[in-house]
Amino acid sequence: MNLTLVVFLPLVGAIVLALAGLFSHGVADRAMRDNALKAGALIVSLVTFVLSLAYIGASPDPVYRAWIPSIGSVFHLRMDGISVWLFILTTFLTPICVLASWRNTRSVPAGVMSAYGDDGGVSGERGVAGFMVALLTLETAMLGTFVAYDLVLFFVFWEMMLIPMYLLIGIWGSPGTRSTFLFGRVSERVYATMKFVLYTMAGSALMLVGILYLRAETGSFDLTLVTAHAAEGFDRRAQYWLFWAFFVAFAIKVPLFPFHTWLPDAHTQAPTAGSIILAGVMLKMGAYGIIRFCLPLFPDAALFYAPFVSVLAVVGIIYGALVAMVQPDMKRLVAYSSVSHLGFIVLGLFSGTNAGVQGAVIQMVSHGISTGALFMLVGMLYDRRHTRQISDFGGIAKRMPAYAAVFVIVTFSSIGLPGTNGFVGEFLILLGTFATEGRAVYAVFAALGVILAAVYMLWMVQRVFFGPIRHSANEDLTDLTLRELAVAAPLVVVVFLIGVFPKYFLDRMDADHAVSDLRKAGSAKEIVRVSPQEGGSGHGSIEVHAPAGGH
Amino acid sequence: MLAPTALLFLPLLAGVLINGLLGAKLPKWFSAALGCGAMGASFLGALIVVPLVSGGAVGDQVLWTWMAAGSFSVDVALKYDALSCVMALIITGVSFLIHIYAAGYMSHEDERGLSRFYTYLNLFVFSMLVLVLGNNYALMFVGWEGVGLCSYLLIGFWYDRERKTGDSTYPSQAAKKAFIVNRIGDFGFLIAIFLMFTTFGTLQFDAIFSNAQIAEGGPALMWGKPVLWWITALLFVGAIGKSAQIPLYVWLPDAMQGPTPVSALIHAATMVTAGVYMVARSNVLYTLAGTGPSLVAPVGIITAAFAATMALTSFDFKGVLAYSTVSQLGYMFVGVGLGAYGAGVAHLMTHAFFKGLLFLTAGSVLHAMRDVGDIRRMGGLSRKMPITFVTFVVAALAIAGFPFLSGFFSKDAILLAAYQQSQWMFWLGAIAAGLTALYMFRLLAIAFLGQSRDQKLFDAAHESPWVMTLPLIVLAVLSATAGAVLGLHEDGLFYRFLADVLNAEHHGTTTMTPMFISVALGLAGMVVGILIYRGKSVDQLNRGNAISALPRAKWYVDEAYDAAIVRPIHEASRWVLWRFVDKWIIDGIVNASAGAVYAVGGVLRNVQTGVVQTYAALILAGAVVLLFVKGLL
Repeated sequence: MNLTLVVFLPLVGAIVLALAGLFSHGVADRAMRDNALKAGALIVSLVTFVLSLAYIGASPDPVYRAWIPSIGSVFHLRMDGISVWLFILTTFLTPICVLASWRNTRSVPAGVMSAYGDDGGVSGERGVAGFMVALLTLETAMLGTFVAYDLVLFFVFWEMMLIPMYLLIGIWGSPGTRSTFLFGRVSERVYATMKFVLYTMAGSALMLVGILYLRAETGSFDLTLVTAHAAEGFDRRAQYWLFWAFFVAFAIKVPLFPFHTWLPDAHTQAPTAGSIILAGVMLKMGAYGIIRFCLPLFPDAALFYAPFVSVLAVVGIIYGALVAMVQPDMKRLVAYSSVSHLGFIVLGLFSGTNAGVQGAVIQMVSHGISTGALFMLVGMLYDRRHTRQISDFGGIAKRMPAYAAVFVIVTFSSIGLPGTNGFVGEFLILLGTFATEGRAVYAVFAALGVILAAVYMLWMVQRVFFGPIRHSANEDLTDLTLRELAVAAPLVVVVFLIGVFPKYFLDRMDADHAVSDLRKAGSAKEIVRVSPQEGGSGHGSIEVHAPAGGH
Repeated sequence: MLAPTALLFLPLLAGVLINGLLGAKLPKWFSAALGCGAMGASFLGALIVVPLVSGGAVGDQVLWTWMAAGSFSVDVALKYDALSCVMALIITGVSFLIHIYAAGYMSHEDERGLSRFYTYLNLFVFSMLVLVLGNNYALMFVGWEGVGLCSYLLIGFWYDRERKTGDSTYPSQAAKKAFIVNRIGDFGFLIAIFLMFTTFGTLQFDAIFSNAQIAEGGPALMWGKPVLWWITALLFVGAIGKSAQIPLYVWLPDAMQGPTPVSALIHAATMVTAGVYMVARSNVLYTLAGTGPSLVAPVGIITAAFAATMALTSFDFKGVLAYSTVSQLGYMFVGVGLGAYGAGVAHLMTHAFFKGLLFLTAGSVLHAMRDVGDIRRMGGLSRKMPITFVTFVVAALAIAGFPFLSGFFSKDAILLAAYQQSQWMFWLGAIAAGLTALYMFRLLAIAFLGQSRDQKLFDAAHESPWVMTLPLIVLAVLSATAGAVLGLHEDGLFYRFLADVLNAEHHGTTTMTPMFISVALGLAGMVVGILIYRGKSVDQLNRGNAISALPRAKWYVDEAYDAAIVRPIHEASRWVLWRFVDKWIIDGIVNASAGAVYAVGGVLRNVQTGVVQTYAALILAGAVVLLFVKGLL
């Protein structure tokens, strides 16, 4: 299936939905109109998902067309063993987001908009259409980012992600009546939205400078050519600067400690779908960018800064876990746990070993599944009780046994229990890091995060689900509906699928492998590069080179 | 040879899936029958494979490659040798009996509860079999954490219970504590795995053991210790957690919050012995590294004695048994630590019988006493519950090392090894053996003999139904006869069967002296226990003295951990990391940068007055400055 088609299908769907929303303005039966719009979004996202499944077997042919010849930018899309899983993760999570937003999205007459807005649901005359349009546009932007193989194209998709997410949090986020006094009086939601967008854009600005420098140096924006140029090696001093220009943008997105403070704010304010996408996919953009740009284009700088970055990653793992432990808000807790988990990913990427890098990619997917599921589950509870405070619950396993079962399964996947997806990534990352010379002690400290994960997650589970019911409002909580069960089931299946058969996913990562059997045990000094092959049908691949004078 | 091992696992998997997914809709008898039937089929599978193992027909079976990345690869593969065969038999056999017992004990649960219980129980045995049958350390770790999960789920089975007055804990709290403390141990296991992979390039048992010599003479890794020392020591950290040794034993007494069949199965007979299995399985490494006598055995013997003091002072029926388990696990570590791997495994087996039995009798008593576990409210129960009483006596005699019962053989073998190698360990072990007899017969005298201390409870007490007493009888027979029947004497059948896997070490000549000493101390303990505690009133029991107060308060270890570790980390995270570092420093810098831009904008916007004269003046000023800079003025 043509890659361009799959990438832009959601956008086409978004345009159709927008028009449908406009022209169905006069329809009297609001509920029916809303359901039709939701169904439309669901169908579009499901079709996209099904189409993308074809890529599991083999990557599609790359797309290469003239785009903006005046500046030397091309429309170049390309998928390899790393982007394929992130691509499918995106198409998998989007229909789940549509379904997860089913209950709290509905349109209401314009007159009661503001009153209704405080419900945390969707407000406005065109509420449903707008929400789904933003979601689908966001999907195209994310898919494009994962397969763009031209620097300008990548940057366009990268920035394109911001706008729908800005709207999702800013319009459909938490009702938040409290306000903050920074920069005038704005609500917490607006503050979080602005912080998210401005922080990310500050990083992007640096990346843009880096991209322009690369163009000046190599004469092209095409990543194939730039990478080929990089194989000969940029000037060391330039590499050090360029590395930071790109890395800061990615580190903010990841977010790597200490660039993480936008994340808990954004997550707390975002609607459920926004949180799922944010944690599930958008955080991975940073890590993906590191794999795609920082490591292959500036290998000397990456090697040079690896110990420093790894320290930040380890600090993030422990710091995120400790701060997560004391959060009173469920969403904030999960958000800080993401800081901890994403620290593992960065640690693996900079381990320079195959185990570490592949573990990091598996962890990206796993974290998308587990944390996406956690945000979805918290959202389901929020739909019922309009609160996320841990102290407002207690003993609800009695009323919601199926919900509790799913939540506990996802919790243990997040904790990294062997047999679930969470273990595979963490294990390979720690193993790869441990095997890297001089990095063993990093792995030991990072492994402390594995203990802490059990502490903060199980403590939350205990306070939310166990014990007697203390608040009368929780007495008549209803268990999962059939729709909710249908959304949760695929996530649970994938949790075990990756946990029990990870080799399938790992193999696909280097299915397009050009080189290098690494079975020289103990040799842990490989640098991972992503480099394209010559010729049209070549796919990107992980190549491993031993550095000069290694072993 | 897929068939026999599939027979071990598949029934349990089916039980988990059916009860787990459909449980609430199934009738109770069906859930119980399914759980027990699956367990029985698995036990049958374990029995079928025995002749194949002794014939040497079953090697490693690779099922599928679990994960592979770079030079790392690990298989889902099973190993069925003599050691895993013995473990599988103990696990499935005892589990089967306890599954049946639970059908009676848990009969008050509703449909949802009963099916949930059997789901967890089957899942536990499944994980336990993965632990002992895996052919590499990664798979062992899978089972290791898997049983930890099941332990968590089963300790917290009655998740909606609150703390009862007078209790130190409650189910959901105890469950969480168990998992987290175990995770601390698992941390050591995990690092050991990484170290083994970097050293040997594989995690498979056979490959590691055959290359172990290479690492032995290797360079010192850290603090002057060779890499093999670190590997075995870190593995033992895992064992300390799982098998409840000092300093990580604190979760096991709390774990008694779970239903009693769970205490019998997981926290006495099977899961807690996983650490002993791990050391026995890694005997090649421990023998080469020399970690056993310097680390494993000392921790074991100190734990054995220390836990005995708490068993001696507890007033909770299951509490006594819990500390007794900690203590007996200590003995097993003395055995495997001193190179007497067979003796350690033998004690693991006999302990599974008599301690499983003791817990089941405890369940029978709790059942009769309406869940009152305080022995100060018991007394004279022998008259009400003859079968429970007799089987309890058999188990108590077995654990106390009464001649020719099962515990006698296994404990004697361990003490003999200690006698040959370390006098202080032997004497501490012998004293602990005396204490063991003392606390068991104290329990017996208080709970079963004398007069009742709570007439209302006593009048309502009754013997348990046959579904519960039958497993008691079977286990009593095993506890009494296992030593003689299975050949636990030196060079008996049991040791010969295991000889290929466990490299026996012989230190010095065999002597009867340690046996006589420990039997004498044991008999003394029994007699003293009966004499002191029989017919004591509540007041007399409560009369504490300086010696018993400290162990009765559990030496304040929980409180010390709380004050020294839990609280400080918690408060520092809340007040220093979150409220201060995160909110003020890191986010402060972020907001300050944004604020600075905002402020600069605020100043600059004053320039935009909209008055043409101002702009003209600014242009003039700019021109003047420019000319000045250029040096034209």
